[in-house]
Amino acid sequence: MAEEYHILTKNWGKPDSHKMATYLESGGYEAAKKALGMEPGDVCQTVLDAGLRGRGGAGFPTGRKWTFMPKDDRPRYLCVNADEGEPGTFKDRDIMRFDPHMLVEGIIIACWGMQACAAYVYIRGEFVEPAQRVQDAIDEAYAKGFLGEDIFGKGYKLDVYTHLGAGAYVCGEETALINSLEGKKGQPRIRPPFPPQRGAFDMPTTVNNVESIAATPFIIANGPEAYKKWGTEKSAGTKLFCVSGHVKKPGVYEIPLGTPMMELIDKHCGGMLDDMKLKAVIPGGSSTPILRAEECEGVNMDYESIAAAGSMLGSGAMIVIGEGTCMVTTLDVLTHFYAHESCGQCTPCREGTGWMAQITGRIVKGEGSVEDLDLLISIATNMSGNTICPLADAAAGPVKSFIPKFRDEFETYIRERSSRNERPYPVKWRK
Amino acid sequence: MGLEFSERAKGEFEKVLSKYPTREAAILPSLYIAQREFGHVSLEAMETVAEMIGVSPARIYGVATFYTMYNKEKVGKYLVQVCCNISCALMGAEEVIDYISEKLGIKAGETTADGKFTLMRVECLGACGNAPMMQINDDYYENLTPEKVDEILDKLGADD
Ligand SMILES: Cc1cc2nc3c(=O)[nH]c(=O)nc-3n(C[C@H](O)[C@H](O)[C@H](O)COP(=O)(O)O)c2cc1C
Ligand code: SF4
Ligand code: FES
Repeated sequence: MAEEYHILTKNWGKPDSHKMATYLESGGYEAAKKALGMEPGDVCQTVLDAGLRGRGGAGFPTGRKWTFMPKDDRPRYLCVNADEGEPGTFKDRDIMRFDPHMLVEGIIIACWGMQACAAYVYIRGEFVEPAQRVQDAIDEAYAKGFLGEDIFGKGYKLDVYTHLGAGAYVCGEETALINSLEGKKGQPRIRPPFPPQRGAFDMPTTVNNVESIAATPFIIANGPEAYKKWGTEKSAGTKLFCVSGHVKKPGVYEIPLGTPMMELIDKHCGGMLDDMKLKAVIPGGSSTPILRAEECEGVNMDYESIAAAGSMLGSGAMIVIGEGTCMVTTLDVLTHFYAHESCGQCTPCREGTGWMAQITGRIVKGEGSVEDLDLLISIATNMSGNTICPLADAAAGPVKSFIPKFRDEFETYIRERSSRNERPYPVKWRK
Repeated sequence: MGLEFSERAKGEFEKVLSKYPTREAAILPSLYIAQREFGHVSLEAMETVAEMIGVSPARIYGVATFYTMYNKEKVGKYLVQVCCNISCALMGAEEVIDYISEKLGIKAGETTADGKFTLMRVECLGACGNAPMMQINDDYYENLTPEKVDEILDKLGADD
């Protein structure tokens, strides 16, 4: 059911929504044509005026980011971040599967705005089907003359390539992504230099999330005001929210930023699974601080409202947790994830993530002590802020929020030496 | 040199080289080509890639071991990877692992005696809205139920 505010998802569900013919029927590539008739600076300004903020997690204004590219005569690159590894996040996969041409058109717009000569779409290696869809869309665009030499007869040359990752969450971090593109280990780089100064192949580079780029054709076609019609003053437009966990209808929902969280859960997602009670929500991907059910009251799905509640909108990955879920086991899943994914360059991150996983592991087995909880908080506090990339902070986030917010549950678990024998989740895997 | 790319793989390699301004950027795609050619990325396969790119084998070894999708050891014909991260865990991923373990008679990390299936626990695969889920070779299988798992594994188990 298409709503008026469906910008990114307007073609999803159409037959062959991933094909050029379908995309052209709905006015596809008109925005790219229009952009190439504009001054590159005006393209950046239009995106800035629309208030589009980066959808990869940090929420930095996209149009502003584009203006950081130096205007010298070195080749410039756009890297599109399709690594989508933050647990709970599954939106870029659907953009790539269902409307890859919207992404390709956005790439043309972004590259013209920055006067880039090539774009690399860095896609996580497991996404074989989405990567194929993007590659097919690129091939179709070349065949039409929308990519390659002399695009739309404007004398502009642009090449677009896909590049597959190979299984490393940290490669979603922009400088790790660049290293990985260059054929190196995906380890983040020390900044400065920042990618616009020295990025991919030592050249000026901008890294943007798939969803950020896919939003630009609408903005160029309809103008900033049309985009700002949706959302709030500081969180303009619509956003894809990935809802997973204990709701009746999990999935990707495009809604205006600022929509109440409870409306997303109750109306769009059909309410809680098995009508269980809401226990907690992780609003923006696994690294964002967890909110207890009562903290979710009155929260809206925009950057400011979620920040005011003490968490982050992040990548828009909302993990809904029902009553009956064991928070000790759930935290243990996350600490092990971050320990597995630390690239190991920084001692606080490498040691801290490993140590936290070890401690939550022993607590889960019934071998922990109450002092372990304070130890965990202290490790988490000390490891963040002193590292090359924010993965250490991401790993610290869940520990620093789960334990204080569910302290009683953790203490009871430790005291009563519960173990995995008890079902940690209220859902039985069946049906 | 122990291993050599087939003509087809050499063609793929040349195509990959043309995508990047440096030869080294072709390392990740070349390791995939090697994996498809030789089944897994052995030390010999790494040497072949090193020679083709023109870097030291140590450089390739460093990259190949950093990334989890390059299988340094032989794996079964079907690599069954069950996501056990948060959204899948909430929906019963541990039970999926237990179920498949019992069905195939192997623990996570092991390969069946006939070399057909390898079972692995993996981190989030970016399909959390359709939990629990698993990936077998290139394909995703989502919203798993015991019946679905039976159907998928029985079908793969029956072919040769
Ligand atoms: C550990 C880590 C993992 C990340 N993973 C992703 C990712 O999978 N996709 C993404 O777009 N951004 C990811 N980011 C954020 C990127 O570094 C970068 O900020 C983003 O791609 C910028 O795009 P945007 O400005 O369009 O949001 C990650 C950051 C960190 C620290
Ligand atoms: S913070 Fe962790 S993941 Fe990031 S560079 Fe340091 S060790 Fe690597
Ligand atoms: S948590 Fe299983 S696919 Fe994301």
